[in-house]
Amino acid sequence: MSEITPDLVRHLASLSRILVTDEEVEKLAGELGVIVDAVAEVNKAVSGDVVPTSHPIPMSNVFREDEVRPSLSQQEALSGAPDSADGKFRVAAILDED
Amino acid sequence: MSELVFKPASELAQLIAKKEVSSLEVTTAFFDRSEKLNEKTFSYLHLDRDKALAAAKQADAELAAGNVSSPLHGVPIAMKDVLTTKDAPSTAGSKILQGWIPPYDSTVVRKIREAAMPILGKTNMDEFAMGSSTEFSAYGPSKNPWDLTRIPGGSGGGSSSAVAGFLAPLATGSDTGGSIRYPAAVTGSVGAKPTYGAVSRYGVIALASSLDQIGPVSNTVLDSALLQDVIAGYDPMDSTSIPTSLGSMAEAVRRADFKGLKVGVVKQLSSDGFQAGIKELFDDTIAKLVAQGVEVVEVDCPSFEYAIAAYYLILPAEASSNLARYDSVRFGMRVEPEGNPTIERVMAATREAGFGPEVKRRIILGTYALSSGYYDAYYGSAQKVRTLIQQDLDKAFSQVDVLLTPTAPTTAFKLGEKLDDPLAMYLNDIATIPANLAGIPGMSVPNGLAKEDGLPSGVQSLAPAMQDAQMYRVGALIEQLYVAQWGAPLIAQAPNLEVANG
Repeated sequence: MSEITPDLVRHLASLSRILVTDEEVEKLAGELGVIVDAVAEVNKAVSGDVVPTSHPIPMSNVFREDEVRPSLSQQEALSGAPDSADGKFRVAAILDED
Repeated sequence: MSELVFKPASELAQLIAKKEVSSLEVTTAFFDRSEKLNEKTFSYLHLDRDKALAAAKQADAELAAGNVSSPLHGVPIAMKDVLTTKDAPSTAGSKILQGWIPPYDSTVVRKIREAAMPILGKTNMDEFAMGSSTEFSAYGPSKNPWDLTRIPGGSGGGSSSAVAGFLAPLATGSDTGGSIRYPAAVTGSVGAKPTYGAVSRYGVIALASSLDQIGPVSNTVLDSALLQDVIAGYDPMDSTSIPTSLGSMAEAVRRADFKGLKVGVVKQLSSDGFQAGIKELFDDTIAKLVAQGVEVVEVDCPSFEYAIAAYYLILPAEASSNLARYDSVRFGMRVEPEGNPTIERVMAATREAGFGPEVKRRIILGTYALSSGYYDAYYGSAQKVRTLIQQDLDKAFSQVDVLLTPTAPTTAFKLGEKLDDPLAMYLNDIATIPANLAGIPGMSVPNGLAKEDGLPSGVQSLAPAMQDAQMYRVGALIEQLYVAQWGAPLIAQAPNLEVANG
């Protein structure tokens, strides 16, 4: 059995910046437990000397010319922002008051 | 209803090029049908008649001036909502991007516009392409044109149902674990996932960047080939874009022959777990090929057994990272909790409200797989499985030109049937996932209706990386054999949508 406890789900959700209700935590703990047990199978497949593949088609040192190209205007870049001011993204406070 | 909508894209392109019909007439015909039938299939999230017809008029004007932009000049197309369009909302089926109009076009959309192909609208999909049924779309599920109580496959069920229901002659899809091929199989249409990097991912709303690939959706193999020829090619805006040309897929289809063809059947994907009727149709496809003198051998790919497990570690890991961009700052939804919240609380509240259950599940799973202490055991091992799968495939392709498998383990299931069992939903992709893990091309071609339920089945053709032409060749040959038997593509047997009830 996996070790996906409600507390672990709460911790992972907080790392993921997703607010979860107690009800969701319970449900997720059960579902993720089943999934993790199934995917843990991968450990059976591999021994130490297999090289991991992070990218299916081998490529290295992909560079392009360092030249000025047209890019988004400030207005375009801000066009989808929920809030902006003075040509910048506007966000809530970064630090808590206390 | 105009008969034009039942013609393949290749034929429409010829009629338009010969000026026997205009792009405006064709586009209007598909639009009229889409406006009428979208309430039944819910293929489209967004339809824009004015823009489509303006693009069609423009295509006609160019043609009148003697300019032919592409072999599909004037043929309309539906865009999966995963592709950014600067003149239409691009939501990837998520509430968090509701109403977002991107400030730029994806490369694929740019190429479609340059090819003088009017865009009919944006098609429905599982949220951020996470799902096999479109039931995880924040806007509601699409329906299968063969039976409106069943799923059209996912994540690209909007595109598959649009094409199979003749609401569009062509569509685009994105395939991370089968999201083009699986919907094609269960709707009796054709769908191809090109080699990883063959089509630019610039402007594709990312799911899992080492697996995502854009490809064509259509009713015939030639139509998919023509569309891949339009959208493929090197793009400096995508650092994983393949710098060399893979050649013309339409050519590969037109000159397809059986001469010297060797086909492999994967031992691990030909027996257990497939619906009896699907197994029977697959055996029939193989028998038809043997009758043409094709050599068929069984190949062993033992690591395929671990493909789903590896995939459901790699995908959530990459997705949890990619979806971090939905932070309530630069675009999309923002939810402000009561009081005087910090940005961290705004983010958490926004992501709580903006993401659906499957997206949350996978982000949290991916965060777990990447956390310290677990990384080696989960993500690290999964990446090693990728290597083993590539090695199995290298060995198989040293013996044969292509591999054939059934595309999907079952025909289309009922809406709601697997919604509460995430693991059961994941198993739909058992035959399609290995291609994504290895980066190779794969396509699904219809091979009949299953005896149990009369619903469509597909056969998958897999080729070595960069050899998309081989995949199309074999897809075309299989299609030829069946069209000879049926007198028309399978889709001609689909029920009349105008009288169908859900």
